[in-house]
Amino acid sequence: MMIPVLLGATILCFVLVDIPNDPVQDRVFEIEQSTGEPVPQSTIDALEATWYYDRSIPERYWIWLTGVGDTNDDIGLIQGEWGPSIEGTAMPIGDEVSDRFWITLRLVLFATIASIGIAILAGVVSAVKQYSRVDYTLTFLGFLFLAMPIFWLGQLFKEGAVQLNKILGSTVFQTYGSGTTGFQGNGWAVFVDSLPYLIVPTLVLMLGGYAAISRYQRASMLEVMNSDYVRLARAKGVRNGTVMRRHALRTALIPVATFAPLSLSAAMGGAMVTERIFGWRGLGVYSLDAINAGDTFAVMAYVLISGIVVLIGVLISDILYGVLDPRIRFE
Amino acid sequence: MSNTAASDRLESEALSTKERGQWEMVFRRFFRHRAAVISMVIFLLIVLFAYVGPFLWKWDYKIHSEIPSWAAPSMDHPFGTDKAGRDMLGAMMQATKQSLNVALVVAIGSTVIGALYGAIAGFYRGWVDAVLMRFLDIMFVIPFLVITGALAGAIDTSVRWYHMAIILAVFGWTSIARAVRAEVLSLREKEFIEAARSAGGSDWHIIVKHLIPNTMSVIIVSVTLQIAFAILSETTLSFLGLGIQSPDTSLGLLIDAAGASAFNEHWYLFYIPGVMIILIALTINFIGDGLRDAMDPRQTMVRR
Repeated sequence: MMIPVLLGATILCFVLVDIPNDPVQDRVFEIEQSTGEPVPQSTIDALEATWYYDRSIPERYWIWLTGVGDTNDDIGLIQGEWGPSIEGTAMPIGDEVSDRFWITLRLVLFATIASIGIAILAGVVSAVKQYSRVDYTLTFLGFLFLAMPIFWLGQLFKEGAVQLNKILGSTVFQTYGSGTTGFQGNGWAVFVDSLPYLIVPTLVLMLGGYAAISRYQRASMLEVMNSDYVRLARAKGVRNGTVMRRHALRTALIPVATFAPLSLSAAMGGAMVTERIFGWRGLGVYSLDAINAGDTFAVMAYVLISGIVVLIGVLISDILYGVLDPRIRFE
Repeated sequence: MSNTAASDRLESEALSTKERGQWEMVFRRFFRHRAAVISMVIFLLIVLFAYVGPFLWKWDYKIHSEIPSWAAPSMDHPFGTDKAGRDMLGAMMQATKQSLNVALVVAIGSTVIGALYGAIAGFYRGWVDAVLMRFLDIMFVIPFLVITGALAGAIDTSVRWYHMAIILAVFGWTSIARAVRAEVLSLREKEFIEAARSAGGSDWHIIVKHLIPNTMSVIIVSVTLQIAFAILSETTLSFLGLGIQSPDTSLGLLIDAAGASAFNEHWYLFYIPGVMIILIALTINFIGDGLRDAMDPRQTMVRR
């Protein structure tokens, strides 16, 4: 079921991104501007051939997907080739994407897990202390972060971290880049090196994403707390903490599992913004540059990867359903 | 004979209890929701600021040579001026107006598309529903910012607010469609739909006259959420350089132009547009919350 959805998404994106863009013409215009002479037809033909613009959109999609036919051996997704980038052969899409993927995934995963965690915490506290001052404060904060654009929050936190570093005379919060420039080492060393760079962007994405889930968590927790079986558990003398953890929270988490993939896809979108602000060389920024350049194959690489990430999120949330809800059995 | 007796009895009842329509109830409940009413007032003030303000204020959003650059907020320029010599109050009015324009058009457009789509999927069920829902899955998988950004970036001429509005409406209706479909799935089994069908109502008639009006409470709440969503997406795209472009202006563009000035002497360039976005989205969310409480018949105003 996931493969057709992914194929449909790539077809739709391919058509929508490809139709309005004509990188060949843009490049021809650029050359004309720099040399001041009309571009010979042979150059145009060569450009069209390298970028596969000498064929129609359906043909181009087909060759992007399968690589079957008359190619330069650099295209065909199922053969592991991402297609030519208009940035030239110095920046092949495959290498760029695989370098950047882990940088972005690190940020998105941390942010999603943190935002779901804090959402559950805030939602449960609000529900348990319903109509108290804590509840009102948390609810208002939730509304506030829901209304806050991520790019503004990001700018604010970035500048705030810079000021804090200045005052403390430290470099705890790194605010530019995703890791020390030119840092070499094995996987773990790279990860440790990147931690100071991760703190602020993760915080931004977390605060931008948690509010919606925490609203649902509060509502579902309230509903469960008023249900008969929780009252029964109380009546037979189970301690309050145990009732909350074992009886109420477990059921109240079920609706939240629905929102996990939503928050993952929101974090992917938010990563585009935070990467731009914090100067990361991640996938999000790559896709933004590709959009600006009209680089269809590069945009498609992003669409495909983010689609797969989101679909895996859906899969995980389905599995979580089964874990959380004893009524669901996977055959 | 029994007819007149019945109407007499009805009349005597009508004397003792005043009849209240559904909308009147909603109205009353809404006005008991303090945060929602305050938000409504603030939102209306913002609308006035954006649409009436430009007629009252002496500067517009354009650059004028007689405006000093980088003036701090003062009586002449309450929101200060930017580097190029632009009065920020005038710029804010224009930017807020453009963002509100986008938001309102997106809210209406995406609601119409989403409500019809969801109602058709829920009403016909079967393969129609299956196909329509698979398409929704596809839309969910496509990264929203990428596709809207790519389309906005592909517009050759300078991007205007209506371009943004159309693009965002065309891709922003999916959540409404889902909500309306879920509602219609249960409504279509109700007796009044059966009655409408046995009276010879066509499918289209049933969908437009019976199903959609009964999902109004879901739809109205979605509209408010949609306004907040549209404001945030439009400003984000403009911030990324994929939305409204200068010489026109937008709240996202103003924040982008303010750059890293959050903690230096030009702080006002950064905070004022940001607070405006937050105010619009926040008040709209509160209004939506108040409407949801007011329209939910199960909701009592009594606290448990």
